[in-house]
Amino acid sequence: MATTETAGGGSARSRASSLRGSLRRNRRWALILSYFFLIVFAFFFLAPPYYMLVTSFKTNHEMVNLATNPWVIAEGPTLENYKNLLWNTDFLIFFKNTVIVTLCVVAITMVISTLAAFSLARMKFWGSGVLATGVFLTYLVPDSLLFIPLFQVVRSLGLLNNYWAMVLVYPTLTVPFCTWIMIGYFASIPKELDEAALIDGAGYIQMLLRIFVPVALPGIIAAMIFAFTVSWAAFVYPMAFLYRSDQLVLTVGTVTSLIRADVFQWGSLMAGALLAAAPPLVIYAFLMDYYIAGLTAGATKG
Amino acid sequence: MSEVALRQVVKTYEQTPAVRGIDLDIADKEFIVLVGPSGCGKSTTLRMIAGLEEATSGEIWIGGDLVNDVPPKDRDIAMVFQNYALYPHMTVYENMSFGLRLKKFAKAEIKRRVENAARILDITELLDRKPKQLSGGQRQRVAMGRAIVRDPKVFLFDEPLSNLDAKLRVQMRTEIKRVHQKVMTTTVYVTHDQVEAMTLADRVVVMNGGRIDQIGTPHELYHTPRTKFVAGFIGSPAMNFLACRLVEAAGGGLSVLLSDQLSFAVPAARTARYRPYAGKELILGLRPEHITEARPYANGADVQDFTATLDVVEPMGMETMVYFTVNGAEVCGRVAPEAAAGPGEPMRLAADIGHMHLIDPATELVL
Amino acid sequence: MADATPSSLAPTTPARPSQAHARRRRPALKRWMQRRSTIAFFMCLPLLMVIGGLVVYPALYAIDLATMNKAMTKHIGFGNFSFLFTRDTFWMVVRQSAIFAITAVVFKALIGLVTAHLVNNLPAKGQRKWRGMLLVPWVMPLSLSTLGWWWMYDPTYSALNWLLGAFGIGAVPWLSDPYWARFSVILDNVWYGAPFFLIMYLAALKSVPEQLYEAASIDGANAWQKFIHVTLPMMRNIIAITVLFSLIVTFANFDIVWIMTQGGPRDMTHIFATWAFKLGIQSGDIPLGASVALFMFPILGVAAIFILRGVAKRGREI
Repeated sequence: MATTETAGGGSARSRASSLRGSLRRNRRWALILSYFFLIVFAFFFLAPPYYMLVTSFKTNHEMVNLATNPWVIAEGPTLENYKNLLWNTDFLIFFKNTVIVTLCVVAITMVISTLAAFSLARMKFWGSGVLATGVFLTYLVPDSLLFIPLFQVVRSLGLLNNYWAMVLVYPTLTVPFCTWIMIGYFASIPKELDEAALIDGAGYIQMLLRIFVPVALPGIIAAMIFAFTVSWAAFVYPMAFLYRSDQLVLTVGTVTSLIRADVFQWGSLMAGALLAAAPPLVIYAFLMDYYIAGLTAGATKG
Repeated sequence: MSEVALRQVVKTYEQTPAVRGIDLDIADKEFIVLVGPSGCGKSTTLRMIAGLEEATSGEIWIGGDLVNDVPPKDRDIAMVFQNYALYPHMTVYENMSFGLRLKKFAKAEIKRRVENAARILDITELLDRKPKQLSGGQRQRVAMGRAIVRDPKVFLFDEPLSNLDAKLRVQMRTEIKRVHQKVMTTTVYVTHDQVEAMTLADRVVVMNGGRIDQIGTPHELYHTPRTKFVAGFIGSPAMNFLACRLVEAAGGGLSVLLSDQLSFAVPAARTARYRPYAGKELILGLRPEHITEARPYANGADVQDFTATLDVVEPMGMETMVYFTVNGAEVCGRVAPEAAAGPGEPMRLAADIGHMHLIDPATELVL
Repeated sequence: MADATPSSLAPTTPARPSQAHARRRRPALKRWMQRRSTIAFFMCLPLLMVIGGLVVYPALYAIDLATMNKAMTKHIGFGNFSFLFTRDTFWMVVRQSAIFAITAVVFKALIGLVTAHLVNNLPAKGQRKWRGMLLVPWVMPLSLSTLGWWWMYDPTYSALNWLLGAFGIGAVPWLSDPYWARFSVILDNVWYGAPFFLIMYLAALKSVPEQLYEAASIDGANAWQKFIHVTLPMMRNIIAITVLFSLIVTFANFDIVWIMTQGGPRDMTHIFATWAFKLGIQSGDIPLGASVALFMFPILGVAAIFILRGVAKRGREI
């Protein structure tokens, strides 16, 4: 009956045919614009690391040559800077220290967080709600506030200038948020699993190890990644508590040891910065989804 | 005028066709129901009318305008979603008036329309509440109110009652019918529940596998289904389908042979229609309501008695469902509770053969 | 005893009262140890020790320290604070910290919101790739990426100045001019923090039910109206939580300023964290450093209260 439509039908059809595809065209334009702006933002976000990479492979000669485009390697790449970094500085010592500290802190954090999260999420006891909120609040107390009193504490413990002091204080950075993440994951496990386990005769520790940990494994991985990243990148505490070169970690060591008397070895500095940033980047590349889940768990899991 | 017309509308997702070319004409003020199993394309069709999906090919006309490239907001339609889709941060009043506020209607006019719709739907006391304070049925009413307020050319309903419990569903069904009688707007309603389709629709469109199997009034669909699918889909419990053979009977008539023990004589009025298929393997379709206990029937009814051993007996209160086997297939009948035999016992039943259907298994068409 | 009662039903009469007492006491201790709340408490104990010993105690200790004199021999009440109030540098630090935090967070939130929408517009397969690329600044340890920025800002060899020169614009004194130095610090912080907002807002965008947008389409909303009336209200809580959270973290930031400007030139990029470090650790006046650091506390406290309210509200809504 469409063909016997009103007289306006004819013009409607011609109007329609000129509009035909306009919805599709609008959507395509929106997509093109989106990509354009995303590329602009991508340039903004990726330019500094790219530049760091380029610099690390440049010869000193090229760097001081103001005429060349600093964003490309014009005179051929070199491994000089990396060699200088690895053989002539304490970089490898810093790396070793950082690895030891980070691994210890991740292990300690996971044990403390998992136990606490399990009890706070599942075994409601007097004050558990308040405690859970309190845990979250402590995460908001920054290291740049605590480092002064902690300086006194560390000094009185005789741990000043010793990287084990880091193992002592880093958990303040990692434990609260990791507990918070784990609480979120544990809370989302259906209560029926608990009850089934209890009926099957499991004690609480067994429930934790045999049921909660495996089921909440994504959350555990996310928390571990978070703890790793934060420990690896910590700067305030090592800056305040570590002075001797053989005790430094990567974040402070890279800066201080490569700047001797106002002479900046930029090439090696960039090489060092990149190598030091590599482990978190590698973990991110392979475990991106867990990484992001850890971030968003705090807020969107409420 | 708010007719809706679909011409050869096709929707293909990547490689999968969801709608394979449908033609449909919906008259002004008509209440039409698209019904079918999941995946038959009914929701997709509705969304194409709404403009939420773009048709791969074909024409969609609303009120005399070709709307393929018109965005939903300019099509003058309103939609009620399965999950209500109420704006959680707005009150009921704000939810209902949202569309009007966007179009910059006068405050007085908005108030008039919202209060009018609220009165029709009996939700006037809820106007200041937020959706999370409402029950499922109340939310559904607010969603309908949002649609009524817009006074559009067409109402679109996408399985609105699926999220409600059974009792509420029956209640809301009546509400919807009452509202339609009051507001008289062309309505396209999608559901998978054939009871809703039969009770609400002026005409029913049965869809299957992306195509329309049959369009007709509920009466037509019930009594004269065109395909096996429609015959089996409409009516609850579903029609019984039995493999059979059509044979010549003594005296020039035809007989439907179900098994060595059971056969029915074809009503005289139909022998001419069925004669070309004599000797073929066909499917007999007979609704459970047409298999009753042996009892007197009105004059002129074509009834044949037989005996069957019951497998399962389900008392429903008003009637009792009996299940028995014929040639390996399970058959369902509806008998009066006091006449029902027990499971395992034989019972004398009557088949109202006047209401039989014969289906060609190759084409799945009703003969 | 000629009773007919079977021995199993007869109550066991203790031979001596003390034995019964002993039999009843041990189970009680064991029972207490197996009680749920006890186990739960012990599982929380390490956490409580960390928080109590390394967060709460130092925070309180900081307050105590702040009231001491430089040699830490006696308490001088609010002496340190009144001293700070008289110093111009102190008020500069207050202003700079505020400017730094607010400006950086505003830009981070805006960029995060815009990029989240851009990424959300893409077909699903591409989103993961782009999201991965855009998150890189956040993944790199801040102190290390700041080194890169420092190099890009170098007075003689700045790659940014080279770029500007290619467009005919003159060189910018990124770190030597105080106002440009503030800009440079904020720029680095925005670069580092915007991806966090991107991730948060992207997750929030995805949590808005698609049907709300469809209903809005049918109600007559165009893209902008959908953003204002559907997206923003639904994201309101997440936006608030993220902004407040970032305010706290940005406010307390140390790395960027310390590495790039050390607070200079002329103390005009000092913020609470770096000034506290300089006074407390470098100059050795721990109490004074503690006083400066403590000024962060009230602001952080207020922000934290708002965050908690936001998180609680989010739990109650929808």
